[in-house]
Amino acid sequence: MIQAEGLTHYYGPYPAIQDVNFGVRKGEILGFLGPNGAGKTTTMRIITGFMPPTRGTVTLDGYDVVEQSLEARRRVGYLPETVPLYTDMSVTGYLKYMGTLRGMSPKAIKTRLVEVVDVCRLGDYRKTQIGKLSKGFRQRVGIAQAIIHEPQVLVLDEPTIGIDPIQVVETRRLIKDLGRDQTVVLSTHILPEVSMLCDRVLIINEGRIVAEDTPKNLAEGLQGVDRLEVEIGGPAAEVLPVLKGIRGVNEVTHVNNDGRHTYTIQAQAGQDLRDTISQLVIGNGWSLRGLQMVGMSLEEIFLRLTTHEEL
Amino acid sequence: MRTVQAVAWKEIQIYFSSPTAYIVGLIFLALTGFFFTQDLGDPFPEATLTPFFDGAIVVFILLAPALTMRLLAEESKLGTIELLLTSPVRDWEIIIGKYLASLVFFLVLVALSFFYAILLFVYADPDPGPIYAGYLGFILYGSAALSVGLLTSTMSNNQIVSAVVAMGILLAMFFADRAFGAVGGLAGEIIGEMGVRGHFDDFSRGVIDTTNIVYFISVIAFFLFLSIRTLESRRWR
Repeated sequence: MIQAEGLTHYYGPYPAIQDVNFGVRKGEILGFLGPNGAGKTTTMRIITGFMPPTRGTVTLDGYDVVEQSLEARRRVGYLPETVPLYTDMSVTGYLKYMGTLRGMSPKAIKTRLVEVVDVCRLGDYRKTQIGKLSKGFRQRVGIAQAIIHEPQVLVLDEPTIGIDPIQVVETRRLIKDLGRDQTVVLSTHILPEVSMLCDRVLIINEGRIVAEDTPKNLAEGLQGVDRLEVEIGGPAAEVLPVLKGIRGVNEVTHVNNDGRHTYTIQAQAGQDLRDTISQLVIGNGWSLRGLQMVGMSLEEIFLRLTTHEEL
Repeated sequence: MRTVQAVAWKEIQIYFSSPTAYIVGLIFLALTGFFFTQDLGDPFPEATLTPFFDGAIVVFILLAPALTMRLLAEESKLGTIELLLTSPVRDWEIIIGKYLASLVFFLVLVALSFFYAILLFVYADPDPGPIYAGYLGFILYGSAALSVGLLTSTMSNNQIVSAVVAMGILLAMFFADRAFGAVGGLAGEIIGEMGVRGHFDDFSRGVIDTTNIVYFISVIAFFLFLSIRTLESRRWR
């Protein structure tokens, strides 16, 4: 349903996301998990067509979000993190307006409005001015506008942030229900939320996807990898098998940049392989030109996530 | 087209329920009322709306930005622009919808000022030519001023900044004919021709010259075009 390839976005000289790839199948609930500032919102803004990526492409049901933007946008319902609402409109007035903007006929809006108000349980507040609603209800209105045109893809940016625990539970149940018929992409920095809601999780940190798995595997916490970047002076054909032979190394990729051989090593988390590698390199008579850990290990990222619910 | 209508209708509703628009209306009618009656105090008053028109275009330098400053700046500030730009709506539909709404409110103000014309027709025997032409000129001028204000509202998420920049542009356009003498040569002539007054004065004298109509329509088209482009460019920032 959604296919993102090589997404990179710069704000001025600063990269917000770099080379992000992922796919979402129809009817799947995909979660973006990452600490604040990891690039979740940027990614969602690109998927919804709010801004184009600096590089890379996203297709939505086969439509490119930049080239065939209108067709792609027709298929998306979006709840931004700030829940933007016109505070001086009534709930129904607002929903009707959003429905019209999404190309619905007045008749379709009328029937759909009843359903949406019911699903989001806004019944008693139909005529209330949005500015007078509490934060939790505003959140529901935000979800209501995102689903009013029955989009195939629902993009929710931090849908449970800043509302009280009871409303959090309700909102999650609502998202779970919606996820039965629709493709949902949501972002969060709360670890348990992901395991409750999502079929699959992408962990994003400092603009890069660092892991992708089912919540179950992630919860077991055994899928972590450390990444090391090593530059070694020596024949690649001999170096590669040696590196791969180290215990705990899962994968080694090799880049030859004008005679500078750089190896990216993915190793199981928790064991520091730097000493082993340097000894092996020297022992084989090659030269070690650079050795560094790349990015944070999954464990460190998890530490920066909200790993429990704050009540 | 339905989206243009929806955008315009929503904005019109906000105009008629917001204090800003009523304050603008009040100031407009109070000041223009003063300009209108000023001449009537003469021992030999002339049955004319010219002082009203001359005053109105100056007043509108300040009031047009007050009407338009909210249109897009507030959407950016509230973040609702994010929903607007992710809806299947073309950028020009948003701009035209917003512009039409401000135009409707402006035309209501113009209609209210017909009161002055009616007074003249009832109690005197005015020359109708300058009144009709003057209204045409004023409507064209007001529409142009609103398009300037819409552009600056598209550029900023701060309503005050948007209004002040629009006033600056409108003032520059108002005084541009002075550059005629100051700059001199071809450049001065070009700047002078861009001035509003040279083009407006003909109308209030009762002359409908196609050049002047083309001038105002070009100004409107130019600023609306820039507004659409500016909105598009928001995506690239």
